[in-house]
Amino acid sequence: MGQRLREFKSGMEPTIHELRFMWSRVVENPLSILGFAILAFFVLIAVLAPMMAPPQGPDPYIIPRGSQFDEPSGISATHPFGTTEGQYDIYYGVIWGTRTAFRIGIWVVGASLIISIAIGCISGYYGGVIDELMMRFTDIILAFPGLILAMALVVALGRGLDTVLLALVLVGWPGYTRVVRAEILRVKSEDYVEAAKAVGCSDLRVIVRHILPNSIYPIVIMASLDIGAIVLSAAALSFLGIGAPEGYADWGYMISLSQTWITNLKYWHTFTIPGIFIATFVLGWNLLGDAFRDVLDPTLRRR
Amino acid sequence: MGLRSYLIRRILLVIPTLIGVTLLIFAVIQFFSPIDRASLFITDIKGTSDLDAIIAKYHLNDPVYLQYLYWLQAVLSGNLGWSYSSNMPVLKAMLKAFPTTAELVLISIPVIVLGGIKLGVASAVHRDKLIDHATRFLAIIGWSLPTFWLGLILLAVFFGGLHWFAPGRLGTTSEDFVNNPTLFTQFTGIMMIDGPLNGRPDIALEALQHLVLPTITLTIISIAMIIRVMRSSMLEALSKGYITMARAKGLTEKEVINKHAQRNALIPTITLSGLLAAGMLNGVVITETVFQYKGLGYWAAKAALAAGGTGGSDVPAVLGFALFTGILFVIANLIVDITYAYIDPRIRLE
Repeated sequence: MGQRLREFKSGMEPTIHELRFMWSRVVENPLSILGFAILAFFVLIAVLAPMMAPPQGPDPYIIPRGSQFDEPSGISATHPFGTTEGQYDIYYGVIWGTRTAFRIGIWVVGASLIISIAIGCISGYYGGVIDELMMRFTDIILAFPGLILAMALVVALGRGLDTVLLALVLVGWPGYTRVVRAEILRVKSEDYVEAAKAVGCSDLRVIVRHILPNSIYPIVIMASLDIGAIVLSAAALSFLGIGAPEGYADWGYMISLSQTWITNLKYWHTFTIPGIFIATFVLGWNLLGDAFRDVLDPTLRRR
Repeated sequence: MGLRSYLIRRILLVIPTLIGVTLLIFAVIQFFSPIDRASLFITDIKGTSDLDAIIAKYHLNDPVYLQYLYWLQAVLSGNLGWSYSSNMPVLKAMLKAFPTTAELVLISIPVIVLGGIKLGVASAVHRDKLIDHATRFLAIIGWSLPTFWLGLILLAVFFGGLHWFAPGRLGTTSEDFVNNPTLFTQFTGIMMIDGPLNGRPDIALEALQHLVLPTITLTIISIAMIIRVMRSSMLEALSKGYITMARAKGLTEKEVINKHAQRNALIPTITLSGLLAAGMLNGVVITETVFQYKGLGYWAAKAALAAGGTGGSDVPAVLGFALFTGILFVIANLIVDITYAYIDPRIRLE
């Protein structure tokens, strides 16, 4: 066991070295530090949500209502951020909305990545008819403007947050698949892959032990940083009214509730507060994304 | 390979993509039962009463591949079904809303493209100076703001607070006026053109005033992409040998930047036009909904919520819209590729 562990460690050394180098480059940039700080703040909110805003019903994601009146009310001791249309508590909504945002982002990116790594590997490694078919299929999905295709899929599959997640995965995987495939093609003809094949490794072993570890990290990192963009798309669908159900703690839905009240600045809190939460969350991811993009670009990195 | 053979090859490649686009929409339609699907073939309100006849007539119980051919035939003859929410055929409703969206897009694109190029160049030329930091900040903010929230904030400030700009396309009186065929002829459906043609330049002015906020929204959201690419390709161009050469032979800095660096830096930016087109199509759905600007995007978003339709949505309208934007996007990409090949000979020689 100790032997295997040491082997694994020495095998991972170049990867660890590479990640350390990237990390040192990323933390040099003050904007990426800001990005980290913002995301750490949101992770904290998501983790502490049950303490910051104790659930009052059976489903913690349903926002409690002050009363059945339509008109929003201002900031008060019981409602620190006021209430929005339908008297839904804004403070509770944005706190639990943070969890919703992470859930959406992690689910969609995770599922898209798993699909795209599986299909990209098969497509890139074996080539031939499967590859041709898969690539033409990605072409078709990429031939649509993403948000509009997602909207059509949500309408076809039935509205709701789960279908929004599914639709975003269906729209999102082709892009990653093509990057994975391109990376596999690049690594496939390297000497060490040929060597692994020559000593009789199975295809699965070649892919999992030799090709993937040498090609996958940049893709995984870039895809994770898309969480911001995904949350933005999901929020847009919720804003259009085909995403989160009534009363659900979701930032996009909360902004759609405030729509009719924007003409009176008395109700500023109804649209400003949930908006600040989305914008800051996405900004955090984008700041990090910017920093990593520079680091991962081989033509820029060593300068 | 010359430009002509490249063009022919590229145009032929569009055909399988378009077939794929129709196949995908058709596949989505298969989620619905034959009865729901029947409404995709109805083109008038009377048709909704005898659905069984429709199912038989359009072979909705036939094998899938035959159904696809029948459906494709109907689509090619312009039959996209009956839009429940707007009470008319889908194609007619889309054609009616199209000029409204065209007006918004035609105003926004020059602002986005010219503004983006200008800011990107300025940012690269004054690298790490104040203007560079300000521009990059603007780009990353535009990248992060939700379109709908930016629109709402602009409405709250400039309509709710200052009463400068109103949502909608025209004021109520003007709206009634232009929709009265005896008083106003809609030649193009684009108010900025139709207004002066009818001897009412004030209508054009009013339309322009209503376009200010939606245009700002679309611009802030889309300009970030152009600024970023223009900045980095300009930085690359400025480090090339021919720039040193141009400076060495005594050209002014302005000539070096405008004539030598900027022209070469523009090439990678052209490839962005495809992405920009997609961003605009996505963006108009949200922007039009926020500003109650009754174009295609507004129509589609409302159709997705039409109570009383299948599953609470006007399905034929939404799918017709998705098909329409898919085709539009394929054509936009074709134009981008052709332009690119025309400008950069290396592409067509590959």
